[in-house]
Amino acid sequence: MPVLELKNISKTYDNVTKALQDVSITVEEGEFVSIIGPSGAGKSTLLRSVNRLVDATQGAIILDGQDITHVRGKELRRVRTKTGMIFQHYNLVNRLSVIENVLHGRLGHKSAVSGAFGFYTESEKEQAFFILERLGLTEQAYKRCDELSGGQKQRVGIARALMQEPKLILCDEPIASLDPNASRIIMDYLSDINKSMKITCLLNLHQVDVAVKYSERIIGLTAGRVTYDGPAQKLDRKMIYEIYQSHEGQLITDMKE
Amino acid sequence: MEKRRTNEILLFQKRKLVFTAAAAVVILLYGMASFVTEYDTLLGLSSFPKAFKWIIVNMVPNAKALERLPNILKKLTETALLSVAVTVCAAICAFFFALLGSKTTRVNPVLAGSVRVVAAFFRNVPDVVWAILLMFSFGQNVLTGFFAMFLTTFGLLTRTFIETIDEVSNDCVEALHAAGANYMQTVFQGILPSSISEVITWILFMIETNIRSSTLIGILTGTGIGYLFDLYYKRLDYPSASLVVMSIVILVILLETISGGIRKVIL
Amino acid sequence: MNESAAAQKSALSFDIQRQIRKTATGKIKTGAVSKSGFAIKATMLVLLGLSVLAFFTFDYKDIDFAGAVQGTLRNAATLFAAPKLKYASPGAVLNQLFVTFCLGILSTILGAAIAFFGALLCAGNISNPRVSAVIKGIVAFVRAVPTVLWVLIFAVTAGLGSVAAVSGLTFHSAGYLIKAYAESIEEMDYGTIEALKASGAGFWQIVFQAILPSSISYMLAWTFLRFEINFTNAIAMGAAAGAGGIGYNLFMAGYFYFDLREMGYLTYAIVLAVVLLEIAATKIKAKVK
Repeated sequence: MPVLELKNISKTYDNVTKALQDVSITVEEGEFVSIIGPSGAGKSTLLRSVNRLVDATQGAIILDGQDITHVRGKELRRVRTKTGMIFQHYNLVNRLSVIENVLHGRLGHKSAVSGAFGFYTESEKEQAFFILERLGLTEQAYKRCDELSGGQKQRVGIARALMQEPKLILCDEPIASLDPNASRIIMDYLSDINKSMKITCLLNLHQVDVAVKYSERIIGLTAGRVTYDGPAQKLDRKMIYEIYQSHEGQLITDMKE
Repeated sequence: MEKRRTNEILLFQKRKLVFTAAAAVVILLYGMASFVTEYDTLLGLSSFPKAFKWIIVNMVPNAKALERLPNILKKLTETALLSVAVTVCAAICAFFFALLGSKTTRVNPVLAGSVRVVAAFFRNVPDVVWAILLMFSFGQNVLTGFFAMFLTTFGLLTRTFIETIDEVSNDCVEALHAAGANYMQTVFQGILPSSISEVITWILFMIETNIRSSTLIGILTGTGIGYLFDLYYKRLDYPSASLVVMSIVILVILLETISGGIRKVIL
Repeated sequence: MNESAAAQKSALSFDIQRQIRKTATGKIKTGAVSKSGFAIKATMLVLLGLSVLAFFTFDYKDIDFAGAVQGTLRNAATLFAAPKLKYASPGAVLNQLFVTFCLGILSTILGAAIAFFGALLCAGNISNPRVSAVIKGIVAFVRAVPTVLWVLIFAVTAGLGSVAAVSGLTFHSAGYLIKAYAESIEEMDYGTIEALKASGAGFWQIVFQAILPSSISYMLAWTFLRFEINFTNAIAMGAAAGAGGIGYNLFMAGYFYFDLREMGYLTYAIVLAVVLLEIAATKIKAKVK
């Protein structure tokens, strides 16, 4: 059974800007899929429509066998716990401790009041520490997030997503603000989570070479439409040019080899 | 090279022109304002040394004034506590109002708009009006000052907190929503921790400001430390009045120092 | 959850066990360990404690609270819902508003002029440290005295009227602006000043070629802000110290005629003026930038 099915999704902003046009994607359990495409192609909108941070104008979203296109309120919160999300700018609450930020992953599972005042059970806290150890952040647990480096912050973001015990992790440009070394560490962690924990990953990536290296499957998005959907190995240069709507010699990847 | 030089000269000339025009406008405004208010600049400037001389001679506490010190300190404590209580109450109300008015946390746009209008109203109606209005029913009571300052402080802090929340919260709110958090959880786990240090800085600043306003409102409504100053001043008991001034100065400077210290640690 | 948690408990390595901090009752702590977090909590507790103390120690003089609130609401309704002029003409109101506006203008211009030179002496990066400390002390004193007290003090020597009002307002403005200007000067890059010094520029050349151009927009912003404060203060001075302008009308309407409706009219006039001034200030500031 597919984890995620997007059926003919379209999104129009302010009745004018067409961000997505008739996008259909199916993601099977355990896949590691990267979406590539030029800036403004609708990658972010696509990812955010999966957990309904953005509401699609048309089409249906089926997550884990449930049609979530129109769920609201409590049910929407419950559905969102199934999808972890990782952001380009980490989106942590900088003034709280690392462990508190990780525990935020449990909020969707908790009653409104106990979550609001930060009452977590001992087993939740232990699980948070367990995840932190896995991401090599044990020593940072009680530091405030604004004391961390970018790579560490992103690992906290991953830990928060894992804390949700998600079926699917959505990553919106997870390495766009990181240096090459930290980027590699983050991608390795994501890849490891995908393989060992069998959590499906759907990523937006700017770097074609990174996408090709880590993912099994690549989706090309151009001006709101899917222009490529297939195995990473079969993505040739011609396809890349088509996705990025550019000519030979204009892309930075051309400089390699 | 030649062209660059001419450009530079042109820029220089333009700057000179702007400067001259601005100076002319300022002088014109000044002249007009002096005419309208019948303000005599020379008299005004000479009032400074005269006032200093007078202060040095008359505004010196004497033994009789020191006898009044316990009473002055009592009123000073009342004023200080009043300012703290007003600011804290107004800040708590303003924070919840600001949540309704901020772009990231508003419940609906119409409500947000009306919150902004209400805040602007309370901010712009002078505290003098509130003081006189409250005076009619509350009389010479500490509550007159309390409510008068509460309303203006509330208006000012609501606007400020709306800006703070707008600035602080966009990113983390999105992440909390994505994790399935509800409104209350987002506020207490995301927005409050992110904005609390700004909020406290503003509260400290408003406490200082309110000590000064409570002096003014006290003169107007016959309460607190302002009333005491007015009383001594009208009896021409300047030594006692000077003691009141000094006690206010010490209180304000003390507060400024404490809040400066706190700001350094929390920001 | 329980089962998996139990499984994880055994999985928590010795290394993490050592890192985890626990409360006295054996629960795991989650809060960050930082001075700032502690300071925030302490400040909040102290402020709340003082507020509670305040409400307990106030002398309420057996006031009929419910009655007073009702009365105030009734009065407020009259004031805001039925504004009407009886004692002054609309022209006089406009005229008095203009007087208040001019008091604000005068004290802002004078205050800014004094503050500009004061700030040069006060800014730590261009002035002599000892002079700077002395000026900072004086400024802190001047600002700590409420404006109304300055006006009343000046009224003794200069008599009630525009001179006392303008001098009092100017004094407080100068104190406020010296601090603000000095901070904008201190924010500027010391390298620029050093470079000019190295090229042999004198003090005034540095002031007009480096300091003024780089901090003028900040200074203007502060000056506009101060003008808005001075306008409101001028209203208050009119009411509390008899300094003329619209504030005095307000005082008369409230305390001599007991005419809420006249007060309402004056209030609306003031609010309108303040809003217009705010709009004008925003426009001018945008042009300057």
